[in-house]
Amino acid sequence: MLLEVRDLHVEFRTRDGVAKAVNGVNYSVDEGETLAVLGESGSGKSVTAQAVMGILDVPPGKITGGEILFRGKDLLKFKEEERRKVRGAEMAMIFQDALSSLNPVLSVGDQLGEMFIVHRGMSRKDARAKAIELMERVRIPGAAQRVRDYPHQFSGGMRQRIMIAMALALEPALIIADEPTTALDVTVQAQVMDLLAELQRELHMGLILITHDLGVVADVADKIAVMYAGRIVESAPVHDIYKSPAHPYTRGLLDSIPRLDQKGQELYAIKGLPPNLMHIPPGCAFNPRCPMAQDVCRTDEPELYEVDQHRGSACHFWRECLNG
Amino acid sequence: MVESTVEPILEVSGLVKHYPLTQGILFKKQVGAVKAVDGVDFTLNRGETLGIVGESGCGKSTVAKMLVNLERPTEGSIKFKGEDISKMSGRALKAARRNIQMVFQDPYTSLNPRMTVGDIIGEPYEIHPEVAPKGDRRKRVQDLLDVVGLNPEYINRYPHQFSGGQRQRIGIARGLALRPEVIVADEPVSALDVSVQAQVINLLDRLQDEFDLSYVFIAHDLSIVRHISDRVGVMYLGRIVEIGKDAEIYDHPTHPYTQALLSAVPVPDPDAREHRERIILSGDVPSPTDIPSGCRFRTRCWKAQERCALEVPLLAVPAEFRLVTGPAAHDSACHFAEEKTVVPQEETPEATPDDLADGTE
Repeated sequence: MLLEVRDLHVEFRTRDGVAKAVNGVNYSVDEGETLAVLGESGSGKSVTAQAVMGILDVPPGKITGGEILFRGKDLLKFKEEERRKVRGAEMAMIFQDALSSLNPVLSVGDQLGEMFIVHRGMSRKDARAKAIELMERVRIPGAAQRVRDYPHQFSGGMRQRIMIAMALALEPALIIADEPTTALDVTVQAQVMDLLAELQRELHMGLILITHDLGVVADVADKIAVMYAGRIVESAPVHDIYKSPAHPYTRGLLDSIPRLDQKGQELYAIKGLPPNLMHIPPGCAFNPRCPMAQDVCRTDEPELYEVDQHRGSACHFWRECLNG
Repeated sequence: MVESTVEPILEVSGLVKHYPLTQGILFKKQVGAVKAVDGVDFTLNRGETLGIVGESGCGKSTVAKMLVNLERPTEGSIKFKGEDISKMSGRALKAARRNIQMVFQDPYTSLNPRMTVGDIIGEPYEIHPEVAPKGDRRKRVQDLLDVVGLNPEYINRYPHQFSGGQRQRIGIARGLALRPEVIVADEPVSALDVSVQAQVINLLDRLQDEFDLSYVFIAHDLSIVRHISDRVGVMYLGRIVEIGKDAEIYDHPTHPYTQALLSAVPVPDPDAREHRERIILSGDVPSPTDIPSGCRFRTRCWKAQERCALEVPLLAVPAEFRLVTGPAAHDSACHFAEEKTVVPQEETPEATPDDLADGTE
């Protein structure tokens, strides 16, 4: 297994109290595989990714438990120096907002080349040549001329391509893409997702795609982990989850997508709001919003029950949910 | 004029907004213009919802601003019940503005953080005191809070004490305060979480029936627009390229841009992955300062021919569909319009929300 996250816990200590952002997350990705982590804001999907990358803000953040195994070695036991060697070379991240993730006062060529100078000890000239090669690879037209341009001179889609180029620079084994197309228009989103999927196939990388968009997930993922209040509530191969969700939260998300045959009717809406991470409800965190909640849900926290060999659901009533 | 049974409440014709680009400090001279909106026509009927979709930079928000008179059009007219509001000023304008209100996209920046919810929703009454006499206002605001599904006791709270979805409800309550007839909603749910979006859409739907509202609903999420709209217009680079009833646009699009846009939307069904045709457009949207000649979509269009560079296609029923009656016969600004179904037809769902509420079979 390329990456395995085991029982990860992350907290944020703030003035107002402790926010439990991640509460025992398990997931794994293999080479050439795409895992989609689906969740709303505050579900802990990005924080988990930041912990994996080792870019969590500490403090206020703190990893309070768990293991992050990369090729069998626990990254949390690494020294910061060793961690830096892994970051970029072995795993890389693509962020949502390319404009604020790129340095506005350095040309894109300098930013891409920096990777080769720092990690590979290349000369400036060779690094520049490498940068052009990368820009061609992500299909930026006129790469040789545009290598001197600054981020603001590129369109949103082109900037996201540069982010992808930067992540791919050292041919990492794992890419984490955090909402890579959320800021883009649909036609550009299609271009960028296509490019990302193609490069992943070509380089046989593991890909963790963090998103809230059920459509994007259906297009590219092999398996899905649905997060809610810092926990994985359902994990399954992509085909199963859309056909028959085994958790009421997943079912609610799928049902709230407008469908043709419901036109003119009220949309299904999950009632209430996502919980405050400082006061996660006892029992199942989803119980105040759940249409199936019983007394046991308010007292006992459900474990991730095994639905079948490849599926898990953290719901006491997953059987009922599965049967509709 | 043809007599029709439905009366248009809003008639927009030849709407243009150009922002001049100037050079020089002392002697400013105009060197060009950002053609944000470049000739938009549509009508909105009473009680109807018109959806406007398009990508960023297509001018949909500028249209919204002109409808509520936050921007003055460079050319063209906006008629509300037959009167052109874009040329009004003074008292007449103030009265007209009452009837068309706006709900903004971002509930985090469109509410003043230093004002209480009561002040925010009640502020329109300061400007239009004739709507609610002073002693009556608090009661009215509480009623509005109740209408949008918030606790009336929250009247003295501040915006930061609410979640995103609740804030958008406050924005909607403010939009309703003056009892307008038209509401222009510019991306009202795109800043919200998926599970909260549906709540706000349902609220807008309910309010439309309750207050007999007409909506102009602007968004980039095509599935939400389809759900709420009776008619849909597709914008590209400052113009509407195709407009029609929702089924005409979604199931029988004839403009290549609409087809590409629809095919690019990810479908939440992994089984459709393999046998779904996708049109991936090449390149980016051209700059609105330098709009291509002829058809403005031709630089990205796979059907473009010489004629497209020379002749501007008009927004009308294309010649080949003019004689047939059917869903393909709707306005489309393309010389080579062709019907093409790009969205897979959906099957009937296995479970309905009613089953869910019961919990078990």
